[in-house]
Amino acid sequence: MTERPLAQLTLAWMRGFYREPEALFWVFGFPIVLAFALGIAFKNRGPGELRVGVARGAGDSAAASVLETAPGLAAVVLDSAAARAALRTGRVALVVVPGEPVVYRYDSTRTESRLARLEVDEALQRQRGRADPVLVRDDRTTEPGSRYIDFLIPGLLGMNLMGSGLWGVGFTVVQARTKGLLKRFLATPMRKGEYLLSYMLSRLVFLVIEVAALIGFGWLVFDVGVRGSVAVLGLVTLIGAFSFAGLGLLVASRAKTVEAVSGLMNLVMLPMWILSGTFFSYARFPEALQPFVKALPLTGLNDALRGVMIDGSSLAGIAAPVAVVAGWGALSFIVAVKIFRWR
Amino acid sequence: MTAPAAQGPAIRCAGLVKRYGDVTAVAGLDLTVAAGECFGLLGPNGAGKTTTVEILEGLTLADAGLVEVLGASWSGGSADRSLRERLGIQLQETKLPEKLSVEETIRLFASFYSRAHTVEEVLALVGLGEKRNAWYSKLSGGQKQRLAVACALVNRPELLFLDEPTTGLDPQSRRQLWDVVATFRADGHTVVLTTHYMEEAERLCDRVAIMDHGRVIALGTPRELIAGLGAEHVVEFTLAGGEAGALDGELRVLPGVRAVRSTDGVVSLTVAELHHTLPALMATLERKGLSLASLTTHHATLEDVFVSLTGRRIRDD
Repeated sequence: MTERPLAQLTLAWMRGFYREPEALFWVFGFPIVLAFALGIAFKNRGPGELRVGVARGAGDSAAASVLETAPGLAAVVLDSAAARAALRTGRVALVVVPGEPVVYRYDSTRTESRLARLEVDEALQRQRGRADPVLVRDDRTTEPGSRYIDFLIPGLLGMNLMGSGLWGVGFTVVQARTKGLLKRFLATPMRKGEYLLSYMLSRLVFLVIEVAALIGFGWLVFDVGVRGSVAVLGLVTLIGAFSFAGLGLLVASRAKTVEAVSGLMNLVMLPMWILSGTFFSYARFPEALQPFVKALPLTGLNDALRGVMIDGSSLAGIAAPVAVVAGWGALSFIVAVKIFRWR
Repeated sequence: MTAPAAQGPAIRCAGLVKRYGDVTAVAGLDLTVAAGECFGLLGPNGAGKTTTVEILEGLTLADAGLVEVLGASWSGGSADRSLRERLGIQLQETKLPEKLSVEETIRLFASFYSRAHTVEEVLALVGLGEKRNAWYSKLSGGQKQRLAVACALVNRPELLFLDEPTTGLDPQSRRQLWDVVATFRADGHTVVLTTHYMEEAERLCDRVAIMDHGRVIALGTPRELIAGLGAEHVVEFTLAGGEAGALDGELRVLPGVRAVRSTDGVVSLTVAELHHTLPALMATLERKGLSLASLTTHHATLEDVFVSLTGRRIRDD
């Protein structure tokens, strides 16, 4: 009976993983829950309806009905105290106090309040007979790919590939070391290279499920599509998964305890969660920081994923970020093999 | 299946030294284990048994000394793989993957070897057929240990290393493991085992080396070593009044007594003929007006050999 050790080792890690319900949740369930929650929270934002309050008093219902007819405004009549509270808590963007003069009460540092002031003022002035000297026409479009959820799904995918690669590999490696399993394997004719490679391979099967689950979810629930080629997307996720598995191996290559590797893992991941543009664009960081941010593997992966999914880029179009990701993976693997603590 | 090499010992080592910082775990050890022999390394915790075995297994590098296993030396290179093909190794305190079944674990280990047993054969060898689909985490201590031995037997080894295979097991599980070892030996293969159970060593081993502080302090068949005490019974007693130290001289000259030792108030006599010694002992105590708090007798064991050599017990319990 000769079965391939590489296949058996890979199977062993996969079994250990899918037989652990908690691990399954963190890899598959959590990103979907996160995508759902964030998707809902940000779904109706943007230039939809602006809610404005009208303070109760003479002329309130007339003003409210004028504002109601204006597109993009929703008006509600409120008592003076309630109006203040609504303004303070952001439930209305602005409060109109009818009278002579009409008073607009709002916080000028809030973008949507300033927007509401323009819209409300225009509606009221027009109703009193102001004529526009220039003829204009609105042409409203909603570009697919420009919503927050379109930005978010590739970011979550990248973050998930990073998390499952690092945890899936790093944790298992250190556990094998602390439990004496590594030593036991060394007592067999097992090849060390195959042992390390098996961890990388075990990530592959999950990768397919992981990616399909998140992208399928985004597509079904939020209509987030993939504009580029699915084959390129597959290749990018594959390179991403291998790269973070390599990084996981590197993080775990010396650690003697599960606590130590957990700390190292967070040390590696935390900066990338913030810097690499998962939840918001990394363009917000100062110019001086940009080269550093762009050199991070998760930044590369997120850029490449967004390139394929949102911009429909070809492989050539995302060559630079993909190279960053692949470079990290190759370097990590080589260093990990060199410094790996076998006993 | 190839027969074990007819010529040459299974293991030969000389002048083995291993230090960990200031601690010398193995202090110049010479051993020869014949092919087909079951050889036991006996000693208290910290005597250097595990370090010695791991050096022989090629898992630990000795600081000095010569090691030859099945006629080959550990090179640290890829040539070691062919030697590993011929060894079966069970390590002390290995935890196999929790969520793998018995069968999957055996299959995994079998995949590393070029001429492995089938899963069925291994399951039959260790009697785990009924548990084949159970996860490692669901097995009892004895079953886990048998699975560890199964992984060591999977490649039809010529030489089997067992490092404290039955520590912490109940008597029934212990006997089941002894049966596995006996079956393996029946094919003429070599076994090296460490233990601190005297009964295990006397039962399984052709020869034992008693180790203390990284050295071999006695070597021979269990029968020889016990015979070396010059008597085959041990009488142990304590006195109601406490100290018995002053009695030593009188006890030594009682009929049949070969040695007297007292530690922590327990007096221990090595005795050739109980039926002569006991009445004389009673008479002596009565004459002195002393009364017994306890008295036990047993056949001399390897434990008694260790006590006679070091003045300490191998196990605390």
